[in-house]
Amino acid sequence: MLRVAALSRIEVYRRAGVSVRLVLGGGVLSLLILACALVSLSLGPVGIPVSHVASVILALLGIDGGEFSRTEQLVIEQIRLPRIVVGAAVGMALGVSGATMQGLFRNPMADPGIIGVSAGGAVGAVAAIALGATGLFFLALPTFAFVGAISATFLVYGIAAVGGHFSMATLLLAGVAVNAFLGAIVSAIIILLPDNEALREILFWLAGGLDSRSWEHVRISVPLIFGGAAVITLMARDLNLLTLGDDEARSMGVRVGYMRTVLMTAAALATGAAVAVSGTIAFVGLVTPHILRLVLGPDHRVLIPMSAIGGAIFVVVADTFARTVIQPAEFRVGVLTAFVGAPFFILLLIKNKRQAYSL
Amino acid sequence: MQNRRPPAIDAQELFFKVEAKTLLDGVDLHADHGRMVGLIGPNGAGKSTFLRAISGVLRLQGGSIHLDGRDMQSLTSREVAADMAIVPQILPYTHGFTVMELVLMGRYPHLGRFQIEGKEDARIAWDAMRLTETEQFSDRRLDTLSGGERQRVIVSRALAQLPRILLLDEPTANLDVLQQLKVLGLVRELVDEGLTAIAAIHDLTLAARFCDRLVLLSEGRVLAAGQPNEILTTDRIAAAFGVEAAVYRDPNTGSLAISLIGPAEAHKPKANGRSACV
Ligand SMILES: Nc1ncnc2c1ncn2[C@@H]1O[C@H](COP(=O)(O)OP(=O)(O)OP(=O)(O)O)[C@@H](O)[C@H]1O
Ligand SMILES: [Mg+2]
Repeated sequence: MLRVAALSRIEVYRRAGVSVRLVLGGGVLSLLILACALVSLSLGPVGIPVSHVASVILALLGIDGGEFSRTEQLVIEQIRLPRIVVGAAVGMALGVSGATMQGLFRNPMADPGIIGVSAGGAVGAVAAIALGATGLFFLALPTFAFVGAISATFLVYGIAAVGGHFSMATLLLAGVAVNAFLGAIVSAIIILLPDNEALREILFWLAGGLDSRSWEHVRISVPLIFGGAAVITLMARDLNLLTLGDDEARSMGVRVGYMRTVLMTAAALATGAAVAVSGTIAFVGLVTPHILRLVLGPDHRVLIPMSAIGGAIFVVVADTFARTVIQPAEFRVGVLTAFVGAPFFILLLIKNKRQAYSL
Repeated sequence: MQNRRPPAIDAQELFFKVEAKTLLDGVDLHADHGRMVGLIGPNGAGKSTFLRAISGVLRLQGGSIHLDGRDMQSLTSREVAADMAIVPQILPYTHGFTVMELVLMGRYPHLGRFQIEGKEDARIAWDAMRLTETEQFSDRRLDTLSGGERQRVIVSRALAQLPRILLLDEPTANLDVLQQLKVLGLVRELVDEGLTAIAAIHDLTLAARFCDRLVLLSEGRVLAAGQPNEILTTDRIAAAFGVEAAVYRDPNTGSLAISLIGPAEAHKPKANGRSACV
């Protein structure tokens, strides 16, 4: 009985028009991310009451009046807030890129890393650490990772476009091959590396983390991520048609090659920026769009913006757990998202399989 | 009737090959406004390839296509889609979209870049679904429908495009006999109101009954084109399809009917076939 009720409620949401779903879903998820951010800001080695957190934020926005101490202000402004903003941006990039890749590859199992972004970023970061470049300048690591991420994507895309005839199937296979190759490079560097300190640093990076992220990290990642997400949101209707296949989309008037290149570039830039500031964070790009699609339907005009907020919530919550559960030590957020995300996803798959048969 | 108006579609010398295989070998075909043209021919003749070519999906290697006298190369894919819709033979993957969402996608070429479908679009989509009797499925995911139901939804989507030219690739392949008559009857009605249609149809009797002209394709070439009674002769059916058939006027429907008796015995494929048809 309950399940039937829940299902029909989902149907009502899906039937509702695009604008209704956008406003309802956007409203609920925005409130949720704000609440998560407030709670997350209050948690940590120095506990800060939520009311003080709110006052600090308001003061930052130029609205004075609330009470808070100088230490609280510093902790929030310089430590927790930039970390949460980076986390939210990373989640946004992964959610949006995941939904985009799933649409372009016409496969709900596609992941933002499918075109080599994450593996390329890993090679860049590992190379930076192994070469000792991280000491050269402050943002060396993210810069190397970003360059690696984007180069790998271009390589994969280039292979699929060889001979002028572009094919998504080749893209997928090229992605698998390049991912394997780059993974081997990372393993080789790890094995050959004599320096234990660097090794630890590499393993840390690979596990994905948001520790000690600063406003500098926000500055380098947020514009690319917001830009990418905005472009994809504006092209969501074209993406809808592309999911039906190239011929279908073309016969309904979509400029297939152009749209696909723009969408893929936007997703790659956003994911590349995310990988650069956080390392590899697993499962966010897969799970977030999947759940939202179940509730809100597959229309990308709704799904893309909602995956942006949904991904942000996922990463902010996971990171809050990562930095608070085993205080004063820290868990890696990338480990946590996979640790919680994978079993949850498997449950979802099993449940949906049952539903699909009963339809 | 004035003959000054250029044909709705005029395809000349279409040529397309994949590696060594020539799929379209100089195909000419034109369809006048308010006419229904049937494409017939054996499996692999190039019917789907031809329809994809004139819908602008294939990049042609030779030949020209004019819509209403305008060279298709000078039109954007949006402009083409606003004029012409295609009902494909297969639609394998639909990403979980519902029937209503899919039919609304037909409005794409008529909407501005940042425009969301409005009431008018919903009304058009709804009307299009009513015409194929699929409105009861509007909230269902397409992948939960039967083959024939799906096919009718795809016809609705093409109609929601409000095309002036409709291309149909085996529109009746998955339909029961009643729905075959209904869907072809619907297209015929729209054609009588001014639509131009080109349909690949395997059922020769249905093709003869609903089409004004037939074009017989084989191995990427036009073997014959003309009125159904000129095209559908016993000899030609034997030559093109390798089937012994009886062709007669059915007193019940008043149109041509083809009884397929069996594989033609002395069927000698190509050489014979081609000379027999000149
Ligand atoms: N990409 C391709 N590579 C090689 N051959 C192809 C390709 N696409 C189509 N063909 C071949 O071209 C021929 C024409 O195909 P097409 O789909 O146009 O046939 P059709 O007349 O629609 O047949 P059917 O009645 O079975 O639908 C077939 O022999 C097919 O095998
Ligand atoms: Mg065909």
